[in-house]
Amino acid sequence: MLKKLIVPFSVLTLLAVLVGGCKPAATPAAATPVPAAGIPYGGVIKIGNVAPMTGDIPKVGEDGDNGVKLALEEIGYELKVGDHTYKIEYLLEDNESKAESATAAATKLIKEDKVLALIGAYASKQAVPMGEVANRYKCPDISPWSTNPRTTKNRPYVFRACFIDPFQGRVGARYIKETWPDVKKVAVLYDVASDYPKGLAEEFKAGCEEVGLEVVAFETFTTKDRDFSSQLTKIINSGAQLLYTPQYYDEVPLIVKQAKELGWDKIIFGSDSWAGGDLASLCGDDCVGYRFTTHYAMVGAKGKTKKFIDAFKAKYGYEPSDVGALAYDAAQILLEAIKNTGGLTGDLEKDRDAIKDQLGAIKEWKGVTGTMNFTPEGDPIKCAVICEYNKEHKFELVDWACPAGVPKPE
Amino acid sequence: MTLTAFLQYFANALQWGSFYALIAIGYSMVYGVLMLYNFAHGDIFMSGAYIGLFVCTGLLAISAGGLVSMPPWLILILTIIGSMIGTSLVGMFVERVAYRPLRNAPRASAAVTGLMVGLLLETTNLWVLGAERRHYPPLIKVMSYKIGGVSITNTKIMVIGVALLVMLIMHLIVHKTKIGLAMRACAYDFPVVPLMGVSIDFIAPATFVLGSSAAAIAGVLFSISYPVLEPYMGMLIGWKAFIAAILGGRGSIKGALLAGYLLGFIEIFVAAIFPSTLRDLIAYSIALLILTFRPLGFFGEPYSAHMRL
Repeated sequence: MLKKLIVPFSVLTLLAVLVGGCKPAATPAAATPVPAAGIPYGGVIKIGNVAPMTGDIPKVGEDGDNGVKLALEEIGYELKVGDHTYKIEYLLEDNESKAESATAAATKLIKEDKVLALIGAYASKQAVPMGEVANRYKCPDISPWSTNPRTTKNRPYVFRACFIDPFQGRVGARYIKETWPDVKKVAVLYDVASDYPKGLAEEFKAGCEEVGLEVVAFETFTTKDRDFSSQLTKIINSGAQLLYTPQYYDEVPLIVKQAKELGWDKIIFGSDSWAGGDLASLCGDDCVGYRFTTHYAMVGAKGKTKKFIDAFKAKYGYEPSDVGALAYDAAQILLEAIKNTGGLTGDLEKDRDAIKDQLGAIKEWKGVTGTMNFTPEGDPIKCAVICEYNKEHKFELVDWACPAGVPKPE
Repeated sequence: MTLTAFLQYFANALQWGSFYALIAIGYSMVYGVLMLYNFAHGDIFMSGAYIGLFVCTGLLAISAGGLVSMPPWLILILTIIGSMIGTSLVGMFVERVAYRPLRNAPRASAAVTGLMVGLLLETTNLWVLGAERRHYPPLIKVMSYKIGGVSITNTKIMVIGVALLVMLIMHLIVHKTKIGLAMRACAYDFPVVPLMGVSIDFIAPATFVLGSSAAAIAGVLFSISYPVLEPYMGMLIGWKAFIAAILGGRGSIKGALLAGYLLGFIEIFVAAIFPSTLRDLIAYSIALLILTFRPLGFFGEPYSAHMRL
């Protein structure tokens, strides 16, 4: 009789140890401030961050968390709004890189934790549904890294700190046309099951048609696929001179490796997802020489950007990716908007509305990822950076690509 | 499609199918001998890849440290052997803890336990190692040969060669050794085997060791070909290999082999001919069609279906 119970008991004990050793999900990153009486919200402003801490792109979550924390630390987790000084409570939620978890986390932060505003999500796959939730509950949300236009479209409460894909796709196509004049045929390989690569691939295709490049191969795969040999063989046989692949840092090394093994020796061009995460450790020497459009460059930075990189490196021990830089900018923009309301009323709905209005009114904001002009649409007007993966496996600034009417910096 | 293109797809499919075949062997063997679907097998493949990663990194560190210098091919062989041993231990642990207590329970309970163990392996990996993607260190310098317009790398040749060798060895073990005889006896007439003096408590772990070793080899080879590791890497490929095992006829090793390669070929060629977005849709519709006309798979025997349940 006892023998039969040994196995179930050992399994239960193992489970208890595992569960007991786990940390609770949403831990306030700083010590919970003591509320003060008489001031709205007891003198505590709550800001939530919904990031992919686990799942496909954990590095993105980590960088986002660190970027926001750096911005909050620099002001000592304190903000003077109107007549009162508030303490800031920072709540981090893991969206597990899944759409359902992102919406659940956002709903929890908005309704239960009653945050004043949200930062997140990061990947468009989570940012688009999360934006819907934030807009429905009238809570301002600023996504640092989502470039898919649907995140902010027709959503007055949702903003972003980065450029959008219709711009990114076209600017990529234009850059290719200008930089490599003998490239006339291009191929695209992308994940059809994910919002960001699918949207961007289609924008890039439209951009190519506008500048006169022929898209000879438009190949797809689904998320979690590992073998791209069929698609790449088709691409090689199509006569393409350039491969555009707007994929994340865990897929690009596989695509590049397999392309080279199948005999591809031409240009591979990417997008800002290449920079989010640790491409260098996974790609090594394979990616040297390839370029991509992105939000900021590590090597060659000046001024406020350089100060930020140094501060980030000093605090966290590694250089920030564009996710970190954008999260930092997003947090600072949000804090600026809260400050610009001129004072909080204590009525959550009214204050959220006021913040939303202020976000849409920010002009000429000098962030670490460039100068931004906001409109109530939610999308900042700013330039893109063309980076190259150099021999030291770092992203080096090679050029700026700006929207019409915006001058190139320096 | 030109001949060169066809040959290129053929070579790609041989490599891709090898993984399905190696993993499907484990499913078929365990089912044939123990009448049990081990749904944790995909995660045993994942364990094989990760154990291989640690052995490989450890050996590379020792080699670089200067004490003993090992050429890359030796490190590769030791990694495979190390992974086989480690993964067999994982397989035996799964058998002992999850399946042995349920040996006389309804098959559904055992199947669900398998799924749970799979989840346990995945989440333990996630908890212990974190969510970061791991990079497999390059062991062999990849040389790409162009033969008549077809690009073949040395890794591709290695994967196909090792897979075929493993299958040959499995076949020899099952048909020419005493353990193999006992395993075939279990598949033929399960209750009688203990009466003949062979303990099921010995055969069960032995079967798991064989299946897990094949999965471990698949794991190491897969990591070399697609060097980005993540805790859920065994899920998708595990399920597809299970489909291959069913297509081949549950319990049949040569069926698992054949169906594994067939599935690989279908996936690669469907993506080559049709728009790649429709790949899985068409590939698995074909698999469904095959099962409709041959419900027991290629080499499945109805006899063993009457044994239990």
